[in-house]
Amino acid sequence: MKVEREELLHIAKLANLKISEDEIDKYLLNLQDILNFANVVNKAPVEGLKETIGTNSNYNVFRKDQVVEFEDQESLLQNAPEEEGHMFKIPKVIN
Amino acid sequence: MDITELTVHELKERLDKCEITSEEITKAYLERIDEKEPDIDAFVTRLDQDAIKRAKEIDLSKKENKKLGEYAGIPIGIKDNMCTKGIKTTCSSRMLENFISPYDGTVVDKVLNQENMINLGKLNMDEFAMGSSTENSYFKKTRNPWDLSRVPGGSSGGSAAAVAANMVPWALGSDTGGSIRQPASLCGVVGLKPTYGLVSRYGLVAFASSLDQIGPITKDVKDSAILLSLIAGHDEKDTTSIDIPKKDYTLDLKNNVKGLRIGVSKEFFGDGINQEVKDALQQAIEKYKELGAIVEDTSLDIAEYALATYYIIACAEASSNLGRFDGIRYGYRTKNYETLKDIFINSRSEGFGAEVKRRIILGTYVLSSGYYDAYYKKAQQVRTLVKNEFAKNLEKYDILLTPTSPITAFRFGEKSENPLEMYLSDICTVSVNVAGLPGISIPCGLDKNGMPIGMQLIGNYFQEGTILNAAYTYEMNTHFRENYKPTFKGGNN
Repeated sequence: MKVEREELLHIAKLANLKISEDEIDKYLLNLQDILNFANVVNKAPVEGLKETIGTNSNYNVFRKDQVVEFEDQESLLQNAPEEEGHMFKIPKVIN
Repeated sequence: MDITELTVHELKERLDKCEITSEEITKAYLERIDEKEPDIDAFVTRLDQDAIKRAKEIDLSKKENKKLGEYAGIPIGIKDNMCTKGIKTTCSSRMLENFISPYDGTVVDKVLNQENMINLGKLNMDEFAMGSSTENSYFKKTRNPWDLSRVPGGSSGGSAAAVAANMVPWALGSDTGGSIRQPASLCGVVGLKPTYGLVSRYGLVAFASSLDQIGPITKDVKDSAILLSLIAGHDEKDTTSIDIPKKDYTLDLKNNVKGLRIGVSKEFFGDGINQEVKDALQQAIEKYKELGAIVEDTSLDIAEYALATYYIIACAEASSNLGRFDGIRYGYRTKNYETLKDIFINSRSEGFGAEVKRRIILGTYVLSSGYYDAYYKKAQQVRTLVKNEFAKNLEKYDILLTPTSPITAFRFGEKSENPLEMYLSDICTVSVNVAGLPGISIPCGLDKNGMPIGMQLIGNYFQEGTILNAAYTYEMNTHFRENYKPTFKGGNN
């Protein structure tokens, strides 16, 4: 499958990434290369095989729905690029 | 006696007999790091002061007969994608350059807080563990101790190089498609990827959640068995971790492979594998026969399918896992924004390196409508095929023997311009992750340039004891570590 320029830009947008004008050709080339290779999965003899999501037998692992307090709030907030009054600060969203 | 030459089990013997203190061990390592770090560049964060302080505390606690772990006072190095409380965890990314974890990951908690080992620092890696040469680190290039003009492999390149250069006695790495085994192979040390679910992933920065596992990188097989015994075990904070009884893997080391059934897949010895690698492996096979193992040729024709499947699944999961990096609660935030959307897009575009972005885009592509069935769904079916083919072989054989890497350590820049070529260097290791099996890499010789060659032994689910014993028996009868040492040649320093 050939990857078009517009498609790459659409995918980048979905992933919240911006690709600069001078990088586009290189990304297209790399992506095409990798996808051509990845296409061998379509030649594999998988007729009738189920999909594997995980490799072990764990299924629906439940625990008690108990609130556990994480007390060290300071250490959480110290990583925030911007905070105010113990809250994460972002630009205004609603006009 | 050079302390940093000793394995951990040798160090422990001396500690137990009070012939040496933790402070002496730690100081010896810090001096070695001072000496070799300019050549190797293995560390993202060094913890010299903390390490000495902690070593003194542990020596004192021992004198007071306080209850400490069996390996208390032994230093360790930790790959920089495992959360360490109060210490930077960067994933070698600009995105997390200043991230300080508010908690310890489960494995980190086990080795540092329960066992009371001493953290010498956080080790370099490919950004978010994406790469096979550690060239994708945002901070620095780690060099291979056997030839400083060559890569150490990746993504746990800092961990493997530090162990090979005696800058740490052992280290923790993580393996998503070969990231423990391949650098261990390229640096001439021992690297083990446990069965998926044996070791908790809580606090390991997620790359591809259905493939990632933490494991030991060590100087010898016995140390590998020791460190695995310490880090394995069920953890309710990781729902994919398996609840099986804890065991001491050193008890499996019998130095005996009589009657062990070893399968050698001809597909793993094809055209893409370097002739010197094949020759070294052939010698190892002869050695196993001599030691009484039953070695047979078998067919395991999945390497190419598995590699394609791996890159589809790993990138798909990465595109989802790395969605959390948005410049709001932690991580890099762009200076260039007006709206919230600007923060997301510009923080991610500036904070991630080229390979990470490439994989996020590839992952988003294979999950997007129109391509989901052709790539992602198909890859998951191929995953079943890979599991089935392994299962057939592991009914007949106790272990499967392959090269770890098709080539030995390559030079800087040799593959970094062509991502697909770099991906192909994972051809021997990824299928093990795709199936969720355990695999170990041990050194089995040098090529004509003096670069280590690695042998991979693959076992059945939770049969780490079997592959450890096979590796141990080989090691006991060949003595790679006694015969060969890194030369640190080829550097500018």
